[in-house]
Amino acid sequence: MTTLISVNKLEKEYDNGFKALKSVDLQIEEGEIIALLGPNGAGKTTLISAICGIVNPTGGSVTVGGFDIINDFRKTRKLIGLVPQELTTDAFETVWATVSFTRGLFGLPRNDAHVEKILKDLSLWDKKDNKIIQLSGGMKRRVLIAKALSHEPRILFLDEPTAGVDVELRKDMWNVVRRLREDGVTIILTTHYIEEAEEIADRIAVIRAGEIIVVEEKNTLMKTLGKKTLTLELADPIKALPDSVSSFGAELAEDGQTLTYRYDANAERKGITRLLTALASDGIRFSDLSTSQSSLEDIFVDLVSSQGDAA
Amino acid sequence: MTINWYGIAAIYTFEMNRMWRTIGQSVVSPVLSTSLYFIVFGAAIGSQMQEIGGVSYGAFLVPGLVMLSLLTQSVSNAAFGIYFPKFTGTIYETLSAPISAIEIVIGYVGAAATKSLILGAIILLTATLFVELRVAHPFWMLFFLILTATTFSLLGFIIGIWAESFDQLQIVPLLVITPLVFLGGSFYSIDMLPPFWQNVTLLNPVLYLVSGFRWSFYEISDVSPLISVAFILAFTTVCVTIVWWIFKTGYKVKS
Repeated sequence: MTTLISVNKLEKEYDNGFKALKSVDLQIEEGEIIALLGPNGAGKTTLISAICGIVNPTGGSVTVGGFDIINDFRKTRKLIGLVPQELTTDAFETVWATVSFTRGLFGLPRNDAHVEKILKDLSLWDKKDNKIIQLSGGMKRRVLIAKALSHEPRILFLDEPTAGVDVELRKDMWNVVRRLREDGVTIILTTHYIEEAEEIADRIAVIRAGEIIVVEEKNTLMKTLGKKTLTLELADPIKALPDSVSSFGAELAEDGQTLTYRYDANAERKGITRLLTALASDGIRFSDLSTSQSSLEDIFVDLVSSQGDAA
Repeated sequence: MTINWYGIAAIYTFEMNRMWRTIGQSVVSPVLSTSLYFIVFGAAIGSQMQEIGGVSYGAFLVPGLVMLSLLTQSVSNAAFGIYFPKFTGTIYETLSAPISAIEIVIGYVGAAATKSLILGAIILLTATLFVELRVAHPFWMLFFLILTATTFSLLGFIIGIWAESFDQLQIVPLLVITPLVFLGGSFYSIDMLPPFWQNVTLLNPVLYLVSGFRWSFYEISDVSPLISVAFILAFTTVCVTIVWWIFKTGYKVKS
């Protein structure tokens, strides 16, 4: 894989002194789907806006396809399509006109066949002559995606694409994203819906207070940071755990019947055998047993809050 | 150097389409108000007025009325054209497109100037219904027409960038341009004024435009046409410089 976007020590300080980006380094590989995860106000949109040319960085540099985004802005911006977070559209234009407009703006000659294909892919074809003001919120979101794809970009930025979007559109959108990825389009999406990132992304970057705190393959991230939980259903309720069991860190639920034990999935000594032995020697029998892996959400909350404690 | 012609064309066409869509307010209303001026000032009051420099008052009015529409419409068209995407947020797209500042300006200002010129032509045609027109220097007439439309569209563009509300968008055309045009010799020769007010009027930039433009029709002018030409060129330079500065600093466009 080759690096398509290279963000180097990127900084953005607003006039009021607020530092939205603090020396951000990020390499994005060609053809991958990377999710930028972070709480509101973490700097996700600022990072995207800086790469796309909407925000002037105050330090550092970005290259896209090997070209500098400032000196070679024509080359870099042609490669990029951007779907903004806000539903900003020209209310009085038709769907067809607004999508064609974007294609022209990005320096390409008219191509009705391409625009038709995009509109059909996004189920917008029967709305092509409607004015945007007549469309529902979900339809407007589709229009924004169509605009971003109108100039056949190699990179697609999706800024909170599913905020306030119904299930059907969400499905449609992920289908489009998958198809684009099959065509080799690199996709960068921001979200605070973690399950989305978990479902679709190859890599996850977690951004917090203007800093990237983790960039990792999704699977690796889940493996290295993931905790597993062992849950035991006890045959008979007990009032309290004997010291021999609670010393492992196992916890008893209020009903006195469910015992949970969290352990590091990658540790050499996970402590399961010792826990079970301790239970047996105390005569505590269990009727069922299950293990579960922590979700990306748990990982994310862990990361953001632990960094918060450090700061 | 590469130029994004398709991008310029996209903005230009977009803006022109906006005009056709709002043809009522873009064309009909200025033509109507100009016709009213002709009827009131030209026909009703004009019949009581003596000729000015050998030109009937009705004919004398025409260049001033064209300038009145040209200035106010150029400013408000261009201001609205750039303010609206700023207001709705759609400007993100233009900012993220492979199009340079100068190309954006050509698209927006070119369209606004075109609209004003179409309007100016319509008003001139309307005028022929009321008075007999003759144009002594067609080249200079077009020169003043095109340069004024372009420069005041640039000014409108600047106002559109500067404005943070619809009120501010209206305030400059209403409170600055209209009074300057009315007091800039559109409807009278400054010879008619007492000497003190003649000197005050010489501070009014619009005087030089109206005077030069009227000279191109009837070869009568309040100030030398050369001064008018120099003035309009100087004003163009000022506007171009401000626009260049806006994009260099990102003033109110980019953060």
